[in-house]
Amino acid sequence: MPPASHTESAANVAPIVVVTDLIKQFGRFAALRGVSASFDAGRLYAILGDNGAGKTTLLRSLAGLTRPNRGTVSMLGTSDLRSVCHQVGYMAHPSLLYDEMSGMENLRYFARLYSIEDNERCASVIRAVALDPELARPVGQYSQGMRQRMSLARALLNDPKILLLDEPFSNVDVRSAREMVGLLAKMRDAGKTIFVVTHQAALLEGAADEFVWMEAGKIVSRTSSLQPVEAR
Amino acid sequence: MTTSSLTRATLAKDLRLEWRSKDAINSMLFFALLVVVIFSFSFNPTAEESRQIAGGLVWVAFLFAAVVALNQTWARELRNQVLDAYRVSPAPANSLFLAKAFGNFIFVAVLEALMTPLFIVFYNLRALGPTWQLPVVAALGTWALVVNGTFFAAMSIRTRSREIMLPLLLFPISIPAVLAMVEATSAILSGEYSARPWIALLATYDVVFTTGCLLLFETVLDAE
Repeated sequence: MPPASHTESAANVAPIVVVTDLIKQFGRFAALRGVSASFDAGRLYAILGDNGAGKTTLLRSLAGLTRPNRGTVSMLGTSDLRSVCHQVGYMAHPSLLYDEMSGMENLRYFARLYSIEDNERCASVIRAVALDPELARPVGQYSQGMRQRMSLARALLNDPKILLLDEPFSNVDVRSAREMVGLLAKMRDAGKTIFVVTHQAALLEGAADEFVWMEAGKIVSRTSSLQPVEAR
Repeated sequence: MTTSSLTRATLAKDLRLEWRSKDAINSMLFFALLVVVIFSFSFNPTAEESRQIAGGLVWVAFLFAAVVALNQTWARELRNQVLDAYRVSPAPANSLFLAKAFGNFIFVAVLEALMTPLFIVFYNLRALGPTWQLPVVAALGTWALVVNGTFFAAMSIRTRSREIMLPLLLFPISIPAVLAMVEATSAILSGEYSARPWIALLATYDVVFTTGCLLLFETVLDAE
């Protein structure tokens, strides 16, 4: 469980993300069927559910990558997601990295997109995910776990207030995954709001503030511990 | 960060990726070389006939070869869904478009620089008109091909058969530009008439389509 002081302070803050009646259809398939929820700042949310429940579509809607057919997403007090995109970090299931370039080269390029000229910032986020910024090997030759961590480093590059992570622990060994969870908990304690879509909910037990369970395009349950969700 | 510095950053990244993979330039060169050789076996023109048909041959070869490079442009951004990393960033869509268009311009210009001597040798070409106009036609014509090509390649990246879609979209809209390129090149090679009206048409085409592509690219990039 998160520290008590953190939980108390989180209760006093206004919602940082508000989703209202979100509907997204892909042809005849409704990925989101009227999702409404609000999420407080400085909390770590684990979004859980079976395949096809709408977790990734919800995350992509928050990132502004998927336009809903109906409903609104408001982040940091605005529904113009483009205007706050520099305060959002997004990590997808694929790495979002160029295989032919090294980790540092990738991050230097993406840093420019956020007007970050400081190479030390790139090196520090690479070190934060326990990788070596001096590693000259192209990302295509990384192990899957290293690629996931480098992908997380890319999402952290702009020091975002809101972090959206899609399956960050997939194909990562247990020790590295636990290290990643520790890093996410530290970031949450520093005031960041983190959404983690995962099938490995147990990893987040003790770190996540809330478990958000999705089913058939809807949020069906929100609990503070994993047990009630597992008992479903 | 200004649009120009973001464009430079993306262009530098694309050139670095191409330098390492050589995906576009190798396939373009091989394709253009095949076209030159096949055409030279198919026709056996005199020097005079060469001057009449070379404009068409040269630009058809470059157009087909450019399509190969244009298809590669966005394929690189689809691997690992890297395009999404750009879309979630505050960088403007037009920086990406301009960087891709400049990158393709460089690739096709390199191809033209390498293939032109071969065309001269195979077809025994010698310009009878003002030779200085040839680089102008080449630059304007190449930009006409790549600006639309980059735009339509972006439009077709989410379609199932994008390799087929690109020529289907690009070729019809390129007809005025191709006509102007061929006529201007033939005019310069034969020296029989002025290339200026065709060069003016090409320049107008470039301005109109560059503006149109810049205005519409953000919509194309955000399309699902």
